[in-house]
Amino acid sequence: MSSREPSWLPGTLTVARREIRDQLRDWRILTPIVLLTLFFPILMNFTANQAVRFVEQYGAEIIADRLIPFLMMVVGFFPISISLVIALESFAGERERLSLEPLLATPLSDAQLYFGKMIASMLGPLGAAYLGIFVYLFGLYWRLGWQPPLPLLAQVLLLTTAQSIVMVTGAVVISSQTTSVRAANLLASFIIVPVSQLIIGESLIMFWGRYSVLWWIVAALALVAIVLVRMGLHLFNREQLLGRDFDDFDLKWVRSSLWAGFRGRAQTLSGWYRELLGETLPQARGSILIMILALLVAYGVGYRAASDFVLPAELFQGERLQDALGDELSSFGLLSARGWLWVAWNNVRALGLASLLGAFTFGVAAVVLLMAPLGIVGYFAGSFALAGGSAARILGGLVLPHALLEIPAAVLAGAAIVQLGLAALSLPKGSSLGASWLEALGRWARLSLGLVLPLILVAAAIEVFVTPRVAIAVLAGLP
Amino acid sequence: MTPLIETSKLGKRFGSLVAVDQVSLRVDAGEVLALLGPNGAGKTTTIRMLASILGPTHGWVRIAGLDTVTHASQVRRLVGMLTEHHGLYTRMRAIEYLAFFGEIYGMPTAQVRERSHGLLDRFGLIETAELRLGAYSKGMRQKLAMARALLHDPTVLLLDEPTSAMDPESARLVRESIRGLRAGNRAIVVCTHNLPEAELLADRIAVIRRGRIVAHGSPEELKREFLGSPVMELRVAGGLDGAVRLLPQGATLRETGPNWLRFESADPETVNPAVVRAMGRAGIEIVTLSEIGRSLEEVYLSVMQSESSD
Repeated sequence: MSSREPSWLPGTLTVARREIRDQLRDWRILTPIVLLTLFFPILMNFTANQAVRFVEQYGAEIIADRLIPFLMMVVGFFPISISLVIALESFAGERERLSLEPLLATPLSDAQLYFGKMIASMLGPLGAAYLGIFVYLFGLYWRLGWQPPLPLLAQVLLLTTAQSIVMVTGAVVISSQTTSVRAANLLASFIIVPVSQLIIGESLIMFWGRYSVLWWIVAALALVAIVLVRMGLHLFNREQLLGRDFDDFDLKWVRSSLWAGFRGRAQTLSGWYRELLGETLPQARGSILIMILALLVAYGVGYRAASDFVLPAELFQGERLQDALGDELSSFGLLSARGWLWVAWNNVRALGLASLLGAFTFGVAAVVLLMAPLGIVGYFAGSFALAGGSAARILGGLVLPHALLEIPAAVLAGAAIVQLGLAALSLPKGSSLGASWLEALGRWARLSLGLVLPLILVAAAIEVFVTPRVAIAVLAGLP
Repeated sequence: MTPLIETSKLGKRFGSLVAVDQVSLRVDAGEVLALLGPNGAGKTTTIRMLASILGPTHGWVRIAGLDTVTHASQVRRLVGMLTEHHGLYTRMRAIEYLAFFGEIYGMPTAQVRERSHGLLDRFGLIETAELRLGAYSKGMRQKLAMARALLHDPTVLLLDEPTSAMDPESARLVRESIRGLRAGNRAIVVCTHNLPEAELLADRIAVIRRGRIVAHGSPEELKREFLGSPVMELRVAGGLDGAVRLLPQGATLRETGPNWLRFESADPETVNPAVVRAMGRAGIEIVTLSEIGRSLEEVYLSVMQSESSD
C-alpha cells in the first residue's frame, strides 16, 4: 500500500477541515454565527447612527466618538465567544463521544491534533467576527462617512484575535480536566468570568479614550495565549486523554497529594526542616530571584513617583512625624501584645490574599500585591529625600528593624506563590495538572508554615516592640 | 524471523492501579492471538500499548522490530486498530469518513477511493456509503470502523471486540474477513469475550486477569493443560462384549454404557489407531470413534476458578 508520512501542516489542516465541515453541518453553531455576522452588526450600526444623531443635538460629540469604536469591539467579540463553545465541544465532546481514540491510533502527533482542533475552533468564529466588523464599518461609512483610524482598526482586530486564542486555549486546558461537555461547560466559568472582566476593562479604556493602553492588553493577551498554548500542548496528549478519568472528586487522592508535597520524605520535624532548607528552598531560588527583582523595581518606581506626585515638605518635619508616630502608636496599640497580634494578623491576611489571587493568575497578582508596600516605602523615602531629609535615616528608623525579617518573609511567600503558578505552566512529563498543582500547593504550605509564618510572627513582634523605640530615637534627632 | 508483535515484561500503571503487569507476548506474521479476560483485566490497555497510544510504565513493545515509544509514528502507520467503541463522526458519510482517515495516513486520493469502495463492498456497506453515519445501525457502525482499521492495509491488526453489537450474519462476515486477513501475512490480536469466536479464529490464546497473563497457548494446549487429556468415545454395533479389555496401553477407561465406552488418552494419534486395530481383530464393529467436545469456555472458567482460589 503506497502511503506517505503526512507532513506537519497537511496533517493539522486535515483535522481542522473535518471539524469545520462538521460545524457547518450543525445548525446550532451555524445559526448564531450567521446572526452575529449579519444581523448584529447592522443593529449596532443602527445604534451608532441613532446615538450620533442624538448626541449631536447637545454638542456631546465626544460620546459618539467613543461609542463607535466601542461598538466595533463588541461586534467583533460576540462571534468569537462561540469559539469557546466550539472548542469545548471539539475537545471535551470528542472525548465524551469516544471518537478520539481512532484519531489517537493514527500517525498524527499530539501537536497536530491539538493545533488542528484549535484552528477549527477559531477559524469560523474569527471569520464571522472579521466579517461582522466589516459589515458594521461599511454601514458607518455608508451612512456617516466614518472611517476608523488604521491603528484603532488594527487594535480591535488584534484584540479580537487574541481573545479568541485565549478562550480556545483556555477551553483546551479545561477540557483536559473533564470527560464530559457538561463538566467542561461548568468549568468554563473560569474563562468566561475573566474574559467578561477584561471586556469591561477594555470598554472603560475605550470610553476613557486611552487607546494606547489597548496595545498593552494585546501584548498581555498574547503572553497569556502563549502560556495557555504551552499548557494545552502538555495536557493534550495520548497518555492524559486515555489515562484516567477526572470527573470524580477523590478526596483521598487530594489529601495524599497535598500531604506528599507538604511532608516530602521527612519522618521527623528536624528532618522536615532539613529538607525544607536543603531542598525546597534551593529549588525555589529562581522564584526568589524574581521576587527580589520585583521588590527592587517596586521600590525604584515608588521612589521615582515621589517627584511626580510631590507631598508638602512640612509633612516631613521631625515634630510632625513624631506627632503622627504617636497617633499611630496609640491607635494600633503598639508596644502591646494586642498590637503584635494585630500586625501579625494583618500580614498573614495580606499573604493569604496574595496566595489566593496568585493561584488563579500564575502568581502574577501575588507579585504585584506584594510589590505594593515596597512601592509605598519607596515613595515615602523619595518624598523624604525631596524634602531635604535623609531617606536612609527614615528607612533605618521606621522600616528597617522589622523589615529585616518582613521583607525576606514577603520574598519567600511570593516565591512560593510564583512556584505554585509555575506548577501549572511547566508540568513535569507524565504529570497531570491536578497532581502537579496539588504537590506545588503542598510545597507552598511547607514554605509558608515552615519559614514565612515564623518570620512574620517575629517581624510583627519587632515592629510592635522595637521599631517604635528606634523610630522615636531617630526622629528625635530630626530638625 | 522478526516477530511482528513482541512484548517483554510489559507493564502499565495508572497512579496506584496496576493495569498491566509483566506481559510478554510474541505474534508472528500470519498468526492470530486472542486476548481473553474479564472486564477490567487489562486487555484494552495492552492493545493501546501495542498501538503506541499509551506508553508502557515498564517493559517494552516492538512492532515489526520498531519500539513503540521511540518510533511511535511509524508504529502507528503499521497498525490498524479497531477500538472498543467505534467512535464515528455521525454527521459524516461513510465515504467521507474513510477519505478523512486515508488523508491522515497520507494515501493518494485515487487509492483511498478505490480501497474505500472495496472495503465498503466487502462489509456490505456500499449501498449506504452516501448515508450520514448517524443513520447507521450499531452493527453497520462496527463494520465501518473495521473498514477504517483496514483502510491503510496495516501489517498488524488490533481488534477490540470486533463482532460485538453485530447480528450473526454480520459477525460471520467479519470473522471470515479476519480469517482472510491472516492469510495476508499479518499479525492479528483480537480481544473478545466471545469464546467460540476466539476458538474459531485464534492460533493462540492468552488469558489475562488482573493485568497478568495467567494462561497462554493454542486452544488444544490450553484444553490439555486445564481440562486434562482428551476423552474419546467409542461406539460399537451391538454390545461391548469385552471391548473394555481390548483397550491398549495409554488409554484409560473413564466410563461405559450399553454400546459405548469413553477413555482418556494423552496421545490419541497413537492410541486411537491401536484401539481400531484391536477392535477389528476381535470382530467388534466400530460405529464411531470421536473426541468428546470440550469448549474453550470450560478452559476459561477453569483458569478463572484456579486463579480465584490462588
